[in-house]
Order: sequence, then C-alpha cells, then structure tokens
Amino acid sequence: MENNLTGNAWKFGNNIDTDIIMPSQYLSWPLEESYRLAFEPLRKGFADLVTPGDVIVAGSNFGSGSSREQAAQAIFRMGIRAVIANSYARIFYRNALNIGLYAIECPEAEAIIEEGNRVKIDLDRGVLLNLSTAREASFGPFPQNLRKIMEAGGLVEYMKKRNHQEAR
Amino acid sequence: MAMTLSEKVLARAAGKDEVTPGEIVQTEIDWIMTNDATTHVSIDIFEQKLLKQEIKHPERVIWVVDHNIPAESVETANVHRKQRIFAGKHGFNSHVGEGICHQLLVEKYVLPGQVVIGADSHTCSHGALGAFATGVGSTDLVGAIREGSLWFMVPATLKFHLTGKLREGVTTKDLILTIIGDISANGANYRAMEFSGPAVSTLSFESRLALCNLVVEAGGKNAIMEADEKVVGYLRRNRPQGATGVVLQGDQGAAYEKFFHYDLSQIAPVVACPHAVDNVSPIIAVEGREIDQVFVGSCSNGRIEDLRILGRILKGNRVHSRVRLAVSPASTRVFLQALEEGLISTFLEAGAMVLNPNCSTCWGGCQAVVGDGERLLSTGTRNFKGRSGSALAEVFLGSVYSAGAAALAGKIVNPINYLGL
Repeated sequence: MENNLTGNAWKFGNNIDTDIIMPSQYLSWPLEESYRLAFEPLRKGFADLVTPGDVIVAGSNFGSGSSREQAAQAIFRMGIRAVIANSYARIFYRNALNIGLYAIECPEAEAIIEEGNRVKIDLDRGVLLNLSTAREASFGPFPQNLRKIMEAGGLVEYMKKRNHQEAR
Repeated sequence: MAMTLSEKVLARAAGKDEVTPGEIVQTEIDWIMTNDATTHVSIDIFEQKLLKQEIKHPERVIWVVDHNIPAESVETANVHRKQRIFAGKHGFNSHVGEGICHQLLVEKYVLPGQVVIGADSHTCSHGALGAFATGVGSTDLVGAIREGSLWFMVPATLKFHLTGKLREGVTTKDLILTIIGDISANGANYRAMEFSGPAVSTLSFESRLALCNLVVEAGGKNAIMEADEKVVGYLRRNRPQGATGVVLQGDQGAAYEKFFHYDLSQIAPVVACPHAVDNVSPIIAVEGREIDQVFVGSCSNGRIEDLRILGRILKGNRVHSRVRLAVSPASTRVFLQALEEGLISTFLEAGAMVLNPNCSTCWGGCQAVVGDGERLLSTGTRNFKGRSGSALAEVFLGSVYSAGAAALAGKIVNPINYLGL
C-alpha cells in the first residue's frame, strides 16, 4: 500500500450531495465522458482543473443523497486520490473505499487547509500535513476490515485476492 | 444482553446470539436489489474485474428498470438492454417498467426480519416491515451478488417515541420532514432510526413506508419499526403465498444512543425548501410563492393512499392555469387500483398529466423536468440543486395535501386552511 499521498487541495463546503457530484442525467453515460461533467451544478469544468494526485477538502456530510457509485468513480477518474472531510454520508464512504478512493475523516482539515495548498497525507501515522503552511492535523485509523480492503485496492481486488488464497 | 430491533435482525442474519453497535458483522442478505440508475456500473465491475463470475443466490437478486423508463435516449435504451440481458443470463427476478423498485419490493418480496440491500439510497423504506434495509453502491452490490452476504457495522439506534395522532391534512411526510429539519441532514449519520410508541398503531402501513423512506435524508443507515397486525394483514392480502416472515421485537432495556419524542398532534404542514431536505419550514412561512409544476409520485408518496388523497382534492376542480400537475403512480398495481377507483379519470378531468410508474420528476433524468427559474412542489424525496431538471429551478418538498392544494391554488398554501380541513 502507498503510505503517503501528496497533492493540491480543492475546497468544497458542507453537504456536497451526489446529485451535484454526478447529476442524474449523466448516469447512463460511460464514465469516460461523464466524469468531465462532475460537480457541474456547482463548479462547471472542475475536472479540467484537476491534476492527478489532487485532493478534495470538504465540510460535513460529503457525498450525501443518492447511492450512485458514479459519484465516487468520477472523483477517482479525474485523478483525485483522497477526499478529506469533516464527515461523510455512509453510502458514499463505503463506495469510495470500495473503489480505492481514500475517504479520510478529519474535522480539523477545513481550518488548516486553503484551496491550492499542497497537502501530504501520511496514512500510517494518520497525519495530514499542509506543506504550504507546515500546519498539521491528525485523523483516526481505518477499522481493520476496511484497511484490508483498501490495501487490496478496493473490494473487488480484495475478493479476488481472497478467492485466490482460498484456491491455493 | 438486550438488543434493539435492528440489532436483533442483524444478529439473526449473521447467525450470532448477539451483536453490539460498532461491531462489524458479515450477514446473509435476503434480497439484493438494483435499478437502472446504476446497474450498468455493477455489470461492468462484475464482467470486467471478477475472475470467478459466479452468483451465489440468483433467486435473491431483484433487477428493476424504474428510473429512466421508458428510455428517453438511445444511450439509456442500451443501458436497459445490457441490464435485461445480464438478468436473463443469470436468472434474476427482473422487472421492467412495472414500478418503482421500493414499491415492487413491498408488493412482492420483503418480509419482516429480513436483511435487504439495494443499490438505491431509499432502500431504507423497507424498515416499515420490520426488516433491516439499507442502500449501498455498485461495488457492494457486486460483492453481495457474488457472495450472498455483506459486511455491516452494527449501527447505534436513535429511538423516536411517537405519541398522539396526526390531524387531518397532515401526513407522515410532514412528520419525517419535521424530524429531518430538527436533527439535520447528517443528524442520524451511520445510525438506525427506530420509530415506536403508541402513535404507530394509528399510522397506516403505507404511511409508515413514507416515514421510513426519508431517513437517509438525515443520514440514517436504516429505519425500523416493529411489524404489527397492519403489516402482517397487508402481507396476507398481497402475497400469494401468504408468507409473513419472522416478526421480531426489540428487547426491553435495550441500549439506545438517544431518545426523541414527537407528539403527532403537534405536527403541522411543512415543506423542505431549496436546496436541502433539512431546510424545513412551516408551510405558512412560504405561503404565496407561485408554483409552476406539481409532482405527485415517487417511492416517497406515489402509493394508492396518496392518490386517494389527491383524488379527493382534485374531484370536481381544475388545476390552476399556471401549473403543470404530473402524477406518477408508484407501480402498475397502484395504477390499476387507481383506475378501478376512478382516480385516474379524476386526475385527467382536473387537467393533470398521468405518467407511467417510474421515478419521474423526483429523479429528473427522463421526464417532467423543470426549467430555469421555475418552482416545483414535489412529493418526492429530494430537492437538491438540479435534482429535477434545471440547477436554476427551486424544488420544494411537501405532502400530497400540500401538493394537491398548490396545484389548485397555483401557489404554496396551507392545505388545512385552503382545503377547509
């Protein structure tokens, strides 16, 4: 597992719902086309601004609303590797971890990270470091079962690995 | 140890004597449901990523096309086709255009004591049957169809003690919106919301479904209510085999994270104002706002009980000239019942558009969407920005009484005064 992630921060507010992240009318589209329209009701053209490795920093209840996994997939596809939020709606949280997108719960992040700051996430130590300001915040570890899923790269990879081990 | 109702259902499905909040359990899943909003994503994951493409219990899988039906585009038609082919290949229960997934699950599948997952957030509705039901995403769905089980963290329970009786013109939609407004959009995040108390017996089974349907809008993992004789009676009447499931009760002395008390006689008509379901206001505070479209339908309020209320309001009246009223019965069965009772004629004579059973305006992906600057009053589930069409439209959520009254008045009105209830 990669133990550190480093990227530039994009900031969002509270209650960013999945209809904003991936509007209903694009759900039938192939992800290769739809991800470019992610966040359209709030921030048109967002995907074009993202550089691979960037992170999203948001307020509370990120990913609320619909269960659509396309929301997490679109964020991952545009190159975002981690979302750091005060809290998550639970379905989005599961979806993110299931596809290998880190969803980090850290209520202090909003206060110490501004848009454009460079952020380093130390997954082993549970520390967020704002490289632009040298400010730090810590976050709790993932539960053991989720860690195994994340280490495998998501739920499907985890199931494959387990089936493979069972077969041997 | 004493357990709550949600804990008892999960313990039973996990084959354990007891479970406690925070514990992670692997549970058998009785019903695994998905619909056309996201099923193609699950199919891609299954076919492109899994090496061992087996389905453990195809008879437990329910594949519904309800969101974009009839297809509004070639892309959607192709997605439906892919879904039908996959369902046929694996022998799933498949329903195309027969109604909204949650209504079909109530009419045909879910029983008390079962564990249900759906790749749809409003799967929490089925808690009204005393089942543990929750929404998941596409990857969890693939895991569940592959293995027949899934992990859950046992949620702590928030107990809502309900007393009193709703007055005429006020519904469980007003009640649940009031609760969501009070506890906020993440007030029940990761938690079970249990509704109990003497008022429950005064609520119809259908109105309990509407109550449980919206708990996800407070972040709730599941809703749950003990199945009583009303639920069992519904099952006896509606299920050919007469199965009534395993009716479980919470234990005396079970630990709840928090208690809330609501006196139903004090609940007044409310609306959720744009653009959040917890932005709840008494309807009298927004009276007079002009309305361009009214929608009655969805997994929240598209059942026969809702259509009967709308029928009583519209009978002998005309919809306001400014308003487009769209009505979508929640299923074919509901539609047929409404036809038999003359309700469809009443709607059409009043100037309404009657649409096929589907998610319609509430989903905003295929029909009856609203334009820039328009205002919609919907009995649906969500009022997020852009949810029902334009991101520049305003969506208000309210009860079928509030919707029917607004359709006649052309503006938001207090249904109790306007309808003389």
